[in-house]
Amino acid sequence: MRRTVTILLLVIVALGISLSLAKIPFGVPKSKVGKHYINEGVKETGATNIVTSVVVNYRGFDTLGEVTVLFIAAIGLGAVLAASGREKMRKTEPASLVLYTGCRILFPLILVFGTYIFIHGHLTPGGGFQGGAIIASGFLLIYLGCRERRISRVAFNLAESLGGLVFVIIGLLGLAFGGYFLLNFLPKGTANTLFSAGIIPIIYIAIGFKVGSELAGIIDNLIEES
Amino acid sequence: MSFLNNYIYYIGAFGLILIGLYIILVKHNLIKVIIGLGILDTGVNLFLISVGYITKGTAPIFSKPGIDSEHMVDPVPQALVLTAIVIGVAVLALALSLAIRLYQHYGTLNLRKIREQRW
Repeated sequence: MRRTVTILLLVIVALGISLSLAKIPFGVPKSKVGKHYINEGVKETGATNIVTSVVVNYRGFDTLGEVTVLFIAAIGLGAVLAASGREKMRKTEPASLVLYTGCRILFPLILVFGTYIFIHGHLTPGGGFQGGAIIASGFLLIYLGCRERRISRVAFNLAESLGGLVFVIIGLLGLAFGGYFLLNFLPKGTANTLFSAGIIPIIYIAIGFKVGSELAGIIDNLIEES
Repeated sequence: MSFLNNYIYYIGAFGLILIGLYIILVKHNLIKVIIGLGILDTGVNLFLISVGYITKGTAPIFSKPGIDSEHMVDPVPQALVLTAIVIGVAVLALALSLAIRLYQHYGTLNLRKIREQRW
């Protein structure tokens, strides 16, 4: 009964969607905003990766909101799981020598790769969100491979708070110097060099620290519970 | 055939969205509902990306001087999806943590049985 009603509902939804989608052509340029960002983006922001200039500069306030959503999700997860309040000591099987050594060799390499991704976010594909996810995957490797090793939660919280603080303070500095929030007040430099694009690399490094520590904290909380 | 050629990405994306909706509406196991949420999320991301695509398009990155800007894809949906993926992961983790607490409280993940119980 429930299944047939659901399938009927989905068929109606699919019909409505396909009627409206038939009017959207595929593969042709649609938005003037995107064209403007591509044509003027390098001149206006100094970043050669246009996606980065949209995320951090043109829609930086939007990104601040998204980072806040991520923060609230991480806080909520910590609150839900911490409510149990029991500290049980689990017996963990020590990992074999091969696994342990492999984790210890790979972990710094993954950290360096993630840092490279978010420092070069304004030049190459990548950025703070992607680099943060890679760094969190390094911590996941440590938790899976060397289970008796714990990374202190204070360090995670510190990195997370510092990242958010740097983002907001740079936005407020823009307000103080030029009159609006997240103004690109630093010199833009020459395009395609590491020290260019003003505040974009600084904000992306802050986002990288924040996302990396938040995702690693989520992994830490979930592993603690399992 | 040209219809399939033109709309295959839209069909795939909305196929994923409809599959996710079906799982969320029909299944009783909470873990399966969360998996449906993940599939729905993927479908929405795929749809946004395919709206911004341009035939034979390249990534909107000026890595070399003098690169052609005519065939670059729309950067705005890519910027949206970039953040949406990370937030999707966080929301999935939050849903899983709620599922863990529900299991500790009720001893089951079946939504129908949870509804029958009174604490």
